[in-house]
Amino acid sequence: MTIPAPAISAAETNERQRVARLLAHATKQELQDAWDALAEKPVVKPVRGPETGLVMVRGRIGGGGAPFNLGEATVTRATVLLGSGTAGHAHALGTDKSKVRLAAVFDALWQDEPSRAFVENEILMPVEIRVAADDRRQAEETAATRVDFFTMVRGDD
Amino acid sequence: MAMQAQALSGGFHEPVYDSQAVFRLLMDGMARPGTVQTVSIDIGQPTPLGRAAGAIALTLCDADTPVWLQPAVAKSAAAEWIVFHTGATIIAEKAEARLAFLTAGSRPCSPGLFSAGTQEYPDRSTTLVIEVESFTSGKTMTLSGPGIKTPLTATVAGLPDIFLSFWADNRGLFPRGVDVILTAGDRLLCLPRTTTIA
Amino acid sequence: MYVAVKGGEAAIDNAHRLLADRRRGDRSLPSVTIDQIVEQLALAVDRVMAEASLYDRALAALAVRQSRGDLIEAIFLLRAYRTTLPRFGSTVPVDTGKMNIERRISATYKDLPGGQVLGPTFDYTHRLLDPSLLTDEVVEEASRKEPLAGETTRVSDILATEGLIEADGVLPDDHLAGDLTREPLEFPMTRDLRLQALARGDEGFLLALGYSTQRGYGRNHPFVGEIRIGQVEVEMDVPELGFSVSLGRIQVTECQMVNQFKGSSKAPPQFTRGYGLVFGQSERKAMSMSLVDRALRAEELGEDIKAPAQDEEFVISHSDNVQATGFVEHLKLPHYVDFQAELGLVRKMRADIEGAQDNENASVQDAAE
Repeated sequence: MTIPAPAISAAETNERQRVARLLAHATKQELQDAWDALAEKPVVKPVRGPETGLVMVRGRIGGGGAPFNLGEATVTRATVLLGSGTAGHAHALGTDKSKVRLAAVFDALWQDEPSRAFVENEILMPVEIRVAADDRRQAEETAATRVDFFTMVRGDD
Repeated sequence: MAMQAQALSGGFHEPVYDSQAVFRLLMDGMARPGTVQTVSIDIGQPTPLGRAAGAIALTLCDADTPVWLQPAVAKSAAAEWIVFHTGATIIAEKAEARLAFLTAGSRPCSPGLFSAGTQEYPDRSTTLVIEVESFTSGKTMTLSGPGIKTPLTATVAGLPDIFLSFWADNRGLFPRGVDVILTAGDRLLCLPRTTTIA
Repeated sequence: MYVAVKGGEAAIDNAHRLLADRRRGDRSLPSVTIDQIVEQLALAVDRVMAEASLYDRALAALAVRQSRGDLIEAIFLLRAYRTTLPRFGSTVPVDTGKMNIERRISATYKDLPGGQVLGPTFDYTHRLLDPSLLTDEVVEEASRKEPLAGETTRVSDILATEGLIEADGVLPDDHLAGDLTREPLEFPMTRDLRLQALARGDEGFLLALGYSTQRGYGRNHPFVGEIRIGQVEVEMDVPELGFSVSLGRIQVTECQMVNQFKGSSKAPPQFTRGYGLVFGQSERKAMSMSLVDRALRAEELGEDIKAPAQDEEFVISHSDNVQATGFVEHLKLPHYVDFQAELGLVRKMRADIEGAQDNENASVQDAAE
């Protein structure tokens, strides 16, 4: 038996996953700056954590075969409840508890309609732009090391 | 919202100290079978879990613990509560469970279907946590065995008669066998597999 | 046998204080920071993470600093630390096909989709010590170029289209990935457990075993089908949400070793594969792991088991450097009572032999007289 999956649409799941991903990729500073910029601070009740633990990272044999346990990674998670009654969850690699607590608060604020635009504009968009720029830079630096083979003419003539 | 608010509420306030305190109660209870231990920590567990049963779940379960729940418990908010607070997996197969939560009052299930461990690894057995009515009235049982200097009397209300014959069978499997923790509200009483009930 | 011996406490305290002093070294020099270790000794940090089996750059760097650069000691520290943390669960298996590539090369195909991308490699350097690193000279920014669009196809998928290479390793559907940190090792073991052991195994040990297969001890005709290094997204299912969420990214190194295989009673002639996957940038380790993974599949593929690298119990029982260092280094602990007992035993054996010789000499003398 498994816990019945909450009844939310696929579109909503995708959105929540996008939010969770960007909050996990956010730095402590990015989250703190947004929190400082928040005009009305919500009432936040801790429900679980922030707490640090491990997650077993799995790979697949041959890259796409049966799963195997590669090794663990540190992960920190937090669940908070806002005064509005909305629960926010956050998980991120590493051991930074204050970062993950803020991420959980923003996860909840995003779910609350009145504060969604703030979270989108002050956190999610800047993080998305910064991550894309980092990725772009790394991809360009890597691309500069691509080998461009040219064939040397060999033989008698 | 994904989970009911009830599932997200409660839990240990001080996970390290609280789980150590409850572990100490269980250790003392297992070392001195038949003694009644009292859990005094408020954990806000949802019904039908009692405080002691809930505290046992919070203390002994983690992501590596397959847990079986009797249907009455599985259908309640208690299932989500255990999953959220401990990370345990709720499973349908009794024999694979390391911990099982039952209520003695509801439809009895065959305790023989749980894992009794193997001859090489008798520790790979299921521990049954059974909620009974009380330890102050009801049937008296005489307990003896390791950890009990002179046979002592335990009073348990709400344990079905079939339990005694099951326990006799369980004793016969030694060193294999299940261990039992009886719970009644905030109280618990341990019956390790070594204990004889007369 | 060990007996409790008292009296060393002051000596131990002072030894630890001396260790802290020597770790700090000359106080007139600035002390090295965790960020500096993460950034400038990144491959040492990667090795510690891989062999400690714990991905956390900052903690691995702390361990390197605390251990004065003794990497096995650092691995030991990190292994000890991980036992203090609860495990929240397992990730969805990482998809190396969707990696953000930092390096990708193939020794089997020159022209392949995505190309040969060298990345930050030591290959083609002349291994000449660089005096410019004696001082803090300004280092140029990396060059940049327009990246190619599209994903970088895995080489094994290219070969698979011809049907000449075995598929990715599969196990029965109901097989749950074994975890050697939870259950004691039992032999023979399944390939998933072997890969877990190899992924945390000692780089030097696996390198030597891989080398031995190339020199003929369990030869398996390897080619590097592909090595790729880069970032992969790590996702975990969260029960309270009902869907998986990203936790962030980690860097891994993957090696697909392709081995020519003549065929046996169990499998037709084809290319077989060995697999290596390691935390961080650790190409030597990933290559060694894939060689040893392939060698350990001898039984499965119907090959004769003749060489050390093919002997599962030998390889897996000795690949863990924390276990190995514990058992080797415990020899320096007080064995005073054992040794006294041994000394008594040797004295007695010596006396017995000398006594027997005396008797013999005496009887020879008797006979002569």
